[in-house]
Amino acid sequence: MSTEPVVPAPSSGWETVIGLEVHCELRTQTKLFCGCRNSFGEEPNTNVCPVCLGLPGSLPVLNRAAVEYAIRIGAALHSTVQASMFHRKNYFYPDMPKDYQISQYDVPINAGGWLTLPGGRRIGIVRAHLEEDTGKTTHVGGGGRIHEATRSLVDYNRAGVPLVEIVSAPDMRSADEARAYVDELRAILVATGASDGKMEEGSLRVDANVSVRPAGSEEFGTRCEIKNMNSLRSLGRAVDYEVSRQIQLIESGGVVSQETRHWDEGAGRTASMRSKEEAYDYRYFPEPDLVPVDPPEEWVASIKASLPPMPSERRERIAEMSGLPAGSEAVVTVVRLGLDDLVEAVGAQGADTKSVGGASPAVAAIAVKRAANEVASDLAGAANLERSSFAKLVRMESSGQLTSAQARTVLKSMLEAGGDPEVIAEGLGFEAMESGGLEAIVDDVIAAHPEEWARYSEGEDKLAGFFIGHVKQATQGKADLKSASALLRSRR
Amino acid sequence: MPRSITTDDVAHVARLARLQLSQEELTRFTQQLAAVLDHARDVESLDTTGVVPTAHALPLVNVLRDDVVTPSLDRATVLAEAPEVEDHRFRVPKILGDSQ
Ligand SMILES: [Zn+2]
Repeated sequence: MSTEPVVPAPSSGWETVIGLEVHCELRTQTKLFCGCRNSFGEEPNTNVCPVCLGLPGSLPVLNRAAVEYAIRIGAALHSTVQASMFHRKNYFYPDMPKDYQISQYDVPINAGGWLTLPGGRRIGIVRAHLEEDTGKTTHVGGGGRIHEATRSLVDYNRAGVPLVEIVSAPDMRSADEARAYVDELRAILVATGASDGKMEEGSLRVDANVSVRPAGSEEFGTRCEIKNMNSLRSLGRAVDYEVSRQIQLIESGGVVSQETRHWDEGAGRTASMRSKEEAYDYRYFPEPDLVPVDPPEEWVASIKASLPPMPSERRERIAEMSGLPAGSEAVVTVVRLGLDDLVEAVGAQGADTKSVGGASPAVAAIAVKRAANEVASDLAGAANLERSSFAKLVRMESSGQLTSAQARTVLKSMLEAGGDPEVIAEGLGFEAMESGGLEAIVDDVIAAHPEEWARYSEGEDKLAGFFIGHVKQATQGKADLKSASALLRSRR
Repeated sequence: MPRSITTDDVAHVARLARLQLSQEELTRFTQQLAAVLDHARDVESLDTTGVVPTAHALPLVNVLRDDVVTPSLDRATVLAEAPEVEDHRFRVPKILGDSQ
């Protein structure tokens, strides 16, 4: 049931090309090359030492946990984990007290790879390498704007914090797709345990390389690198702004120049950062204070084996159980909010035939919908929701004991105050059709029309109406027809 | 034969390294660097087929430490070394200058 991935259509004869660089702070206890605490929101300049301050005579020693997280990320992104080394990236900027950043250059720890968006599109990963974070600079005066500041204040608590930078291929074609990529990557990073995924705290930072080209062209246009977007929303806005800026510029006879541009959230536009051309000449050279990293195969294998299922696999699993498309909103929501176990719980309580995990597709689909709607809109309540009670409720709905509307009401009450669905339904005065009553009627109708049932089973879908009509008759119109249809499908 | 290094190259590299060199120094360092590069060219003339590039003299890989917190420096000691301090942070001149 592979659905054809949809490539977004270009607008007005232009195609947008986006590649993203995502910096992910690793959740280690200490920094990449020293034992200073890796912790957000501490008093300024309290987690610093000779190594991360770049004092003469100090020597960096690589943190094993950071390497392990980097490998976890690489494995989750289908990268090749390889022997790698560190380089010095030289530049003068007060956020790096050493005047160079230790990073990986031509031989990153993770090479290549991909991730799959919920819609089915595969986005290439060029590399995912280890490097140290910079200090935090605050621009003072001029309302905090970098261009108008009178001075800058630097806190080196963040200098040396381990990062993995994930560089995508220029595979995205719209702002929406760029957001979907970051959303998916964030879910993967959180699943590996490497990241807390908090964009607002800066533990996940996104830079976007944006260019436009005439639709159908194979060549890339000149790209601009957009920085300073601190939410998915500002990423979308910044990309949309930059795309129209470039199209307007070209259409009015101008030329896009390759440069770094700063996103101004308040003004809703990007502005050139006016850096001198030499700023890009980083004069990389091998870091003489660090030896290469060559993770033994057994280590990489054991790390890979310890990874939990990634979001795309989990969506496939829920899709397989419920028959709903893996890219459907309900399935995506269930996985994003980690509600898979609710759906699994319904399976665990049953042993339906033709099922994946114990629940027939029709039953699992009800579970997915309830989880993606009622449960998703009350996550506080979801934390206390008994898995077995939820499963029981879904079974009550699928068997026709409750109509969908009644089931929703009961579930909302369960989310608010807990309790057993049967007791709640009774308390609400929902006329309880005998448990399994509808099921028995459906089975009777099927048994009474073996010839039609055979044809329906072979795929003659329009006969569903015939059976539903008989169920309606047998129950004097009292049956929940949606449940009856679901039951029919589950018997097929 | 690659071109030899010029005073313009040296001036460029000096600017990247924020070094201010006199004309006399530029000439002198250009000569010295040319000699170093000549030597590198001699090495380049050797057949190194099958020799793995060496970035380190040490026959070591995977020197790793455990992820255990060790004490950081005292803030007052650290900031005492800063040229200027404001709000417990290093104060530096504004970073992006006016257009030059
Ligand atoms: Zn340190």
